[in-house]
Formats: sequence, C-alpha cells, structure tokens
Amino acid sequence: MSTTIPAAPPSAPTRTRPQRRRAPVTDRARKERNLGWLLAGPAFIAMVAVTGYPILNAIWLSLFDYRLTDPAGRDFVGLGNYATILTDGLFWKQFGVTSLITVVTVSAELVLGFALAMVMHRALYLRTALRTAILVPYGIITVVSAYAWAYGFSNTYGFVNGLFGLGDYDWFGGTWSALFTVCVAEIWKTTPFMSLLLLAGLAQIPDDYLEAAKVDGATAWQRVKRVILPNMKAAIMVALLFRTLDAFRIFDSIFIMTAGAQGTETLSFLAYRQTISRVMVGLGSAVSVILAILVVLIAVMFVRVFRTDLSQQRGDRK
Amino acid sequence: MFWIVGAILIIAYAIIPVLWIVSLSFKEGDDITNKSFLPTVWSWENYRTVFASDLFTTALRNSIGMSLIATTISVVLATLAAYAISRLNFPGKRLVLGVALAITVFPVIAIATPLFNLWRTIGLYDTWLGLIIPYLSYSLPLSVYVLAAFFREIPWEMEQAAQVDGATAWQAFRRVIVPLAAPGVFTAAILTFFAVWNDFVFGITLTSSEAARPVPAALAFFQGASQFSQPTAPIAAAAVVVTIPVVVLVLLFQRKIVAGLTNGAVKG
Repeated sequence: MSTTIPAAPPSAPTRTRPQRRRAPVTDRARKERNLGWLLAGPAFIAMVAVTGYPILNAIWLSLFDYRLTDPAGRDFVGLGNYATILTDGLFWKQFGVTSLITVVTVSAELVLGFALAMVMHRALYLRTALRTAILVPYGIITVVSAYAWAYGFSNTYGFVNGLFGLGDYDWFGGTWSALFTVCVAEIWKTTPFMSLLLLAGLAQIPDDYLEAAKVDGATAWQRVKRVILPNMKAAIMVALLFRTLDAFRIFDSIFIMTAGAQGTETLSFLAYRQTISRVMVGLGSAVSVILAILVVLIAVMFVRVFRTDLSQQRGDRK
Repeated sequence: MFWIVGAILIIAYAIIPVLWIVSLSFKEGDDITNKSFLPTVWSWENYRTVFASDLFTTALRNSIGMSLIATTISVVLATLAAYAISRLNFPGKRLVLGVALAITVFPVIAIATPLFNLWRTIGLYDTWLGLIIPYLSYSLPLSVYVLAAFFREIPWEMEQAAQVDGATAWQAFRRVIVPLAAPGVFTAAILTFFAVWNDFVFGITLTSSEAARPVPAALAFFQGASQFSQPTAPIAAAAVVVTIPVVVLVLLFQRKIVAGLTNGAVKG
C-alpha cells in the first residue's frame, strides 16, 4: 500500500474541562477513560497484533543464519547477517539505486506538482475536470500504472519510440534507460498527490499578500519566490516527507517493469528476493530491518529540519 | 488563456497513459505489435479472454471481497478510535497515535516477510483472512488520521448540549456525532478502499494460489502462467477492468477525496 495518505498527527487536544481540574479521578473522568480505551482499543489491538509481532520477529530472525528449506541448519550468528549485508557491494549499489530513484522522483514531483497546483489554484474554468483528471493517476493501481508505462516504452508494443522517432531503441536494455522509465511511471502516478497537498498550502496564503506584492511592483517570479514559497513551507515539508518515505520503499513498479534486471534492484526488492524467492529468512529479515532503520532515519532527519525551519521562521517574524 | 492551456495539458498528462492501456486492451492480432497508439480494429477479444480465465475471475472475486471486508472493518474501528482520540481524555492516547505513525513509516515489505513465516506456521497463508488482517492493520492508521482530522471540524458544542440535556457520552456519540461525521467516514472509506485495492506486496508474498490472490498480484503472474500465448493485451484488458472502480469513485466523489487527502495534512 504505497499510497499512504499523509495527515499530520491530530495533535492530542489539550482542552481542559473545568470539572477535571478539581479532582484527578472523578467518576466522570474514570468513565471517560474507560470509554476512551473501549473505543480506541480494538483499532489499537488490530494495529499492534499484526505489526508488532512481525517487527520483533524480523529483528529476532535477522540474528540467525536460517534457510526455510533447512530448518535444522538454523544457526545463531548475532549481527553476522548485518555484517554480511553491509560489507556486500551489491547492497551499497542497491542503496545507491534506491536513493537515486528517491531523489530524482521526489524533486521532479515537487517541481511538477507545484506547477500543477498553481494551475489548479488559478483555473477558473475546468476546475472540477482538472481535479477529477488528476485523481485518476492517484487512485489507479500502481501495478496497472507500471504495466501501462512498461508497455508504452516497450520496443515491441509501445508507442513511445514511434512518437520520438527512436526506432527499436530498447529502454529496458540498459540500467539508466530502465531506471528512467521507472522514474517516469512513479512521477506520473504520485505527482497528483503532491500537487493536491501543495494546492491546500497555496489556498491558505491570503490573497492580500499577493496583491500587496503586486502593488509594490514585484514580478511574477519574485512573488513566487518571496511570497508564495515562504508561506507554504509547512505544506512543502509535509508533502516532501511523505513522498520521500514512500519513494524510498519503491517496490511495485520495479517488480513489474524491470523485475530488478539491468541493475535496477532496490532495497525493498532485495528484501523480497532474499526472503521469498531465496527463502534466506535470516538474511532477508536483516535487509528488512536495515530498510526500516533507514526509513526511520529519513523521517527523523525531515522532522529535525522541519522543526528548526519553523522556529527560524518564527524568529524572523519577531 | 495561459491557465486554460495549462489545464488542458494537465488533463492530457493525467489521462493519456490510461487511454493508452485502454487502447492496447482493444487491440488484437497484429495490432498488438503495431506500435501505434490506437488499434486499427477495435476488438473485445481480450476482455473475452480474461473473463474466460479462472485466473482472472477468481482474482477479481478475491480483490472485491477482501477489499470490501477490510475497508468496512477498518473504517468502523477507525471511527471509534478517532472519536476517542479527538474527543476523550484517556491515558495512552499518544501511544495509539504513535503506533499508527510508526506503522505508516515502517516498510510494508519488512512486515510482509515475517508475516509470510508466521502465516505458514499458523495456517493463515494463502487464505482471505491471511490478507484481510494485514490490510486492516495497514489501512487503520490512514483511516484514523483522516477521521481524526474530520472530527476536529465538527461543532462539538452540540455534543455538549446533548450531554447537558442528560445524554450519556455514548448516546451523545451515536445520536449527535455519527450523523455529523458520516461524510468524513465515507471519505475515509473511499481512501481506505483505494489503499487496499492497490495492494501488491501482501498479495504476492502471502498467497501461493488462486485461493486468495488479488488482481494486482494475479496480473504479475499472468506472464509466468503462460495461460495466454500472448499475455500483453489480455493483461491490458484485466488492468482496465480493475481500474474501472477507481475511475467511477473518482468521478462521483472527487470533491470528498480531495478534501480527505488534504484535510489535516496542512493544518496540523
């Protein structure tokens, strides 16, 4: 489920009701507490039961040399699997491929998404048609999008070569061209999501700001750079964060379009191949854990930058 | 004028790849390799092929059944949880939110592989339940966040008024809040359905046969199964079939979907 929706954590309401201040555990407060867990409990259990155990299990298994077809040969190797992976050139190559895809797609999506958002923000006509149209790539199954692009670029079935006069050029024959097609498919599918988030940020900028800038003689470019962008920093950061995390976990498009051939394998694909295809459960679990750690690191990095950014902004204004 | 051109370009951007796969699905014979955007003869041949294939029809049944069940349960649980989170004070609220956030951050593939081992041990491998459960836990954070964002917009004074009039917390929830929250719940249901319908990772890791394999996973196996001499155009047809529900939902509810996607993301 790669199309996870970002929604900032609904900040736990800090409303304090007058009656709760009086005594810490009134009858009413206790009832509220019980109801709270009664309502949130089932969802909490459903989330933890299915993800908590597998995560811990993966960490545990990653410490073993364990092949599913040879359970007797299971051997505790401590951090051996991690050492194997981190000293393997293949891992670093795939880390590079994954990072490259992430950086290329997310930056292209940001630029393209911003352009889409500007047009949608300004368009007086076709507004409904526009929103409906861009929701199609958002909602479409990633596998379907991957097939559409794989067949489009194919030199047996595709129209792309004909369109650009490329003859029989084989896009999937080389690393760079294959990665290019994967990036195109990813960008097509996820830019709409980015642009909707940016559009929401754009809609929150008061028109007066832009009017004032215009009156003061700011050019269109200056208005974008000095008024629009600084005022939608929060929206940009949220969109970047969620898209980066998603892009780093890219799996579906790779599986369908290249199946990891021509050096296009990504980290998610490596984890899948080790565990499912090669049944090297220990090694595969270690790859999964490393992937999870990397994703968490990216998230932490973003939140750090985001925080300092916001506090700086606040400082500037004073 | 400039904006109109931009708008038309965007619409073209969004639908040309879709039109391409539709067009490919109507090609037959030599047309499939004619490398042009449109077929010379429009044919239903590929649709007849996929609907005559058990591989596709069972996968379609699996996808529809599992998506609807998972979406329904997920949205019911999420509604209750989001209400508690946005309205009630109870210890551990942050824990629930933290777990939800951790799940959205954790890579699906990292969950899928241990689940693969676990499911094989306890016999849930290759069953509907074996897929519905992970769908549930992976779609819950999304529904909880979307719904909590919606619940913040609801005029809560009405609930308090009901409570002043003697309603219990539960009555206030059921009689006053549920009708107000219904649009949000509906939006969460659409977004959850999209997410579950889109699943590929669980579909390929946790199934081994037609018993529970959903369409996206089945599409990937069309090639290996060699059921078709030439699987390209039938895959295109199958891809178009599973895209129809998405397009219908988008056409009917675009306003709600946009609101659901952006609500809370920016304000938070």
